[in-house]
Amino acid sequence: MAKVQGYVVVNTQRCKGCDLCVVSCPTDVLELQPREVNDRGYHYVYMKNPEECIGCFNCGTVCPEGCLTVYRKRLDK
Amino acid sequence: MDISSIVSPENLVYAKPEIMNDNHMHYCPGCSHGVVHKIIAEVIKELDLQEKTIGIAPVGCAVFAYKYLDIDWQEAAHGRAPALATAVKRLNPDKMVFTYQGDGDLAAIGTAETIHAANRGENIAIVFINNGIYGMTGGQMAPTTLSKMVTSTSPDGRDVQMMGNPLKILDLLALLDGVCLATRVSVHTAAAVKKARRMVKQAFENAMAGKGTSIVEVVSTCNSGWKMTPADANNWMVENMFPVFPIGDLKNI
Repeated sequence: MAKVQGYVVVNTQRCKGCDLCVVSCPTDVLELQPREVNDRGYHYVYMKNPEECIGCFNCGTVCPEGCLTVYRKRLDK
Repeated sequence: MDISSIVSPENLVYAKPEIMNDNHMHYCPGCSHGVVHKIIAEVIKELDLQEKTIGIAPVGCAVFAYKYLDIDWQEAAHGRAPALATAVKRLNPDKMVFTYQGDGDLAAIGTAETIHAANRGENIAIVFINNGIYGMTGGQMAPTTLSKMVTSTSPDGRDVQMMGNPLKILDLLALLDGVCLATRVSVHTAAAVKKARRMVKQAFENAMAGKGTSIVEVVSTCNSGWKMTPADANNWMVENMFPVFPIGDLKNI
């Protein structure tokens, strides 16, 4: 079990489903919604494997829209 | 997993920069412009320059840059951003003045303004987005378009015999005595974004310190104009753009 646990909060209305965060994730946490779309018709991103998130915020860094907010907590504290 | 214990302010590690507002950006999904806007917002916040920054918006895709960052902006005529920045900086020497330009703006119609502003050593920062194409008007060939690159006005690829070679304007600018920083970065990975942020920060510091003109060229993608997915466009950029526009400092004094 990882010593850190991260969590990504997605601003689903701002997301444009560009997939850049998905390919930047080292632990394969993120995925685009296969069917759901937001008000603008984009398949927004969601956490497919939330347990795997290490809070590295690669996704937030490469997101052109700034729609991701990343949290990280050490579990041994 | 207890989400509420993780999602709390003391665990926050990344959020949209405060200077970037909530207006919905008009850029295509995956456009590099958004990342560079975020970098500028973060650097301005870090240097505490929000009240002292004047941005010069270009003509091109970034024409609406003033809608997305909560700083003072002035819109320039096509290609004239360095000339306008010269005036703004000379009239407001205590302000941090930067231009934000694409390759059609800086390297085509604004070549003269860019070169002469840099040659005068105006104390401005220039953020130059180079995606090798005119993105806004539908992907026409730009001066920076690569040899054999297919665009809407070069459907058989750019023929350098007929249309000239890709213009490496940063190499030209680096030769000028007025330039203190000429560097090429990219924003396709998290590590590259961090490097780009360092260089933009240095450029803004140079502008405040009066060291001369700083140019940060961001080798970018235009996935709509290149007709690729954003991830494929990043890979294509690494394979094809980087050999012609290599990443790194050309001049840093």
